Amino acid sequence: MMRKTGKVQRKRGCNEWNLRLYIAGQTPRSLAAITNLQKICEQYLPGKYRLEVVDLLKKPQLARGDQILAVPTLVRRLPEPLKRMIGDLSNTEQVLVGLDLRAT
Amino acid sequence: MSDRVPNKGIAKCPTGITGLDQITEGGLPKGRPTLLCGTAGAGKSVLAMEFLVRGATEFKEPGVFMAFEETDRDLRENVASLGFDLPGLCARKRLFLDNVRIERNEIEESGDYDLEGLFVRLENAIDEVGAKRVVLDTIESLFSGFANGNILRAEIRRLFRWLKAKGVTAVITAETGDGKLTRHGIEEYVADCVIMLDHRVEDQTSIRRLRVMKYRGSQHGTNEYPFLIGTTGVSVLPLSSLKLEHKAPTQRISSGIPRLDEALGGKGFYRGSSVLVSGVAGTGKSSLAAHFVQAACMRGERALYMASEQSALEVIRNMGSIGIRLEPWIKRGLLRIYASRPGTFGLEKHLVTTHDITAAFNPKVVVIDPITNFASTGTHSEVKSMVTRLIDLFKARQITGMYTSLTSADGTPELSNVGISSQMDSWLMLRNLESNGEHNRGLHVLKSRGMAHSNQIREFKLTGQGLQLLDVFVGTTGLLTGSARIAQQAKEITEHAEHNRQLQQRGFEQKRRHRELELQVARLRSDFELDERDSPDRVNETGLQEKQIARGRLVRAHGRKADVPARRNGRTPREHRAASQTAGR
Repeated sequence: MMRKTGKVQRKRGCNEWNLRLYIAGQTPRSLAAITNLQKICEQYLPGKYRLEVVDLLKKPQLARGDQILAVPTLVRRLPEPLKRMIGDLSNTEQVLVGLDLRAT
Repeated sequence: MSDRVPNKGIAKCPTGITGLDQITEGGLPKGRPTLLCGTAGAGKSVLAMEFLVRGATEFKEPGVFMAFEETDRDLRENVASLGFDLPGLCARKRLFLDNVRIERNEIEESGDYDLEGLFVRLENAIDEVGAKRVVLDTIESLFSGFANGNILRAEIRRLFRWLKAKGVTAVITAETGDGKLTRHGIEEYVADCVIMLDHRVEDQTSIRRLRVMKYRGSQHGTNEYPFLIGTTGVSVLPLSSLKLEHKAPTQRISSGIPRLDEALGGKGFYRGSSVLVSGVAGTGKSSLAAHFVQAACMRGERALYMASEQSALEVIRNMGSIGIRLEPWIKRGLLRIYASRPGTFGLEKHLVTTHDITAAFNPKVVVIDPITNFASTGTHSEVKSMVTRLIDLFKARQITGMYTSLTSADGTPELSNVGISSQMDSWLMLRNLESNGEHNRGLHVLKSRGMAHSNQIREFKLTGQGLQLLDVFVGTTGLLTGSARIAQQAKEITEHAEHNRQLQQRGFEQKRRHRELELQVARLRSDFELDERDSPDRVNETGLQEKQIARGRLVRAHGRKADVPARRNGRTPREHRAASQTAGR
C-alpha cells in the first residue's frame, strides 16, 4: 500500500489543508474512502493539502485522541474549525459541502 | 454480598453491591451483557461504576468504563462523593476510563461506514488493563450522534456479540423512554439480563427502586426493591432478605424493669427479637425504652437510640428526670443517640442512614422512638415495607429492637400501628386508664411469642427512680388505679385487720366452747359414776321395801286375825313378789 499509516503525503509543500483519514484495516470501504478523498483533494485542493491516513488496527490508541467511533472518518484539522466526516466519501457533493469546499 | 452460588445454571459475576447479589442470586451473568435501563437520574451510572469499582477492588477483576455522556472529569467528581478513588484505580491499571464524545453538529455523513473505531477503542482499553468487566454508559447516545439508525443498530448488535465473544461481563445502560424499556429498543439485543431502575416521587418523597425484569437461565427476585445511593455506594434493600432465615436465639435479656421481666415469663425478651411498645402520647413509651437501653449498657452491650422527635440532649434531660442517667453510657461509648426526622431525606435515606450507623456502631440493642414517625413520610404500604426492612436489618444482625409506636387517642390502638404489629415478637401496650377523674398509666403484654407471659394489666408509675410497676388491685369494676387503688389498698388493710380480729374472736369462742364441753363431760362422767354406784342399793332397797310391805301386811293380817293368804294367782307370795319386781323394772 502506498499510504502507510502516519505517512504524510505532501503536495507542493503547502500545508494549508490538514486532513486525516482514519480507517480500520484494508477493507473495501477503507480503500474506497481513500480513493474518493484523493480524487476530491486533487481536484479541489491541488497543492494545498496534506493527507494522513491512520489505520486504527495498527495504532488503536489514536482513536481516543480524535474521538473516532465510526470508520472511515475524515477529520479536517486545518483550517479551523475542526470538522469530521464519516463514511466512504462516495458522495462527492456531500464531501465538498462538509469540507466547506463548495464556497471556494 | 451473598456467598450463595447456584448449584447449576449459568456462571455469575458478583457485583459486590449490597443486596443486588442477593436478588440476582449471585450477581450478573458472567461473560454476558446486562442491560441496565432507567429514567434519567435513576442512578444507572453510579450503579454501573460501583460494579466496576467493586470488581476491581474486591474481585480482582479490572474494568473499563466507556462513558458516552460524561467526561472523565465529571465522572471522577460524580463518584468521588461515593468514596470511589477513580484516579488511584486508573493509575494502578485496575480501571480504565474512556470518554466518548459525540458532537452531532461536527459530524457529516457521506456514504457507508461502520463503528469499527469504537470496537478498536474498546478492545484497546480492555487490553490495557486486562479488563473482565465493561460498562457502556449510555450507548444510546450514539443515536444522537449518527443519523443512520440502520447502521447503528447493526453495529450495536455486532458490539454485543463481540462483547460476549470477548467473555467480558458487560453492563450497558440505557434510558427508558417513549413507553419502552430503552428509547431505541436495544433491549432486543441484550437479552440475558435486564435490570430496571426507577426514580419516582410520591407524596414529595423520592424513592429509588430496582427491579430485575429478566434474567435468562437464573432465578431472581421479581419485586421492585428500594435502593439507595449512600455514602458508600448503592445499597439495594431486599425485603425480608427474600427468605426468613433469622436465627432464633434462646438467650433472654432484661427489659430493664425487673417486674416487667417477671411478666414476660420471668426472664425478659428474647435476644434478637422485636418489641413493639405502643401507646398514646404521654404513656411512658420513651421511658420504657430508656430503661431498656440502660439495662443493655449495664450489661456492657452497645445500644443505639434513634430518636425522631427529641434531640439527643432532650432525651438525656428527660430521662434524667426519671432517674435514668444516660450521659455516662454515652461517654463510655456504649450508647449512641441519633436524632433525626425521617421525613427530612425520605424513607430510603433514613433507612440507609440507619443501615450505615448500625454497621459502624454494631449495637446489640436498638430503640427507634417512635417508629410511627415514618408514617408521615410515605404511603401505608411504603412505610410498612420500610419498617419491615428496618426490622429485618436488625434481626439479621441479632439486634434486639424496641420500637415505640404512637397511637392516636381516639382510634382503636391495636389497629394503627402501621401494619407492623404482626412482625413483632413482643408487644407491650401502654395505656391511659381513666377512672374517677384521673389518668393513670397501665401496661400489659399484648403478646410475646415463645413465652408464657402475664395477661394482667399492670399499673405503673414514673418515679424519680424510674418506671415502677405497682401491685395489682382488682376491684369489682376491673383494675383499680390511682386513688381508687390507694382507697382499695386502705380498705384491704382495714379488712385485713378486721379479718384478723374476727379470727381471734373465733379462736376465743372456740376455746370457751371447748371448756364448756369439757365441763359438761366431767359432770356427765360424775353423774354416770354416781348412777353406777347407786344401782345395787336401789335394788336392795326395793326388796327391803317389799319385805317390809309384806311383813306389814302379815302384821296387819295377824292383827285382824285374818287367815294366811293362799297362793295369789297360784303363786306363793314369794313367787308373786319376784314377778311384780320384774314387772316394776
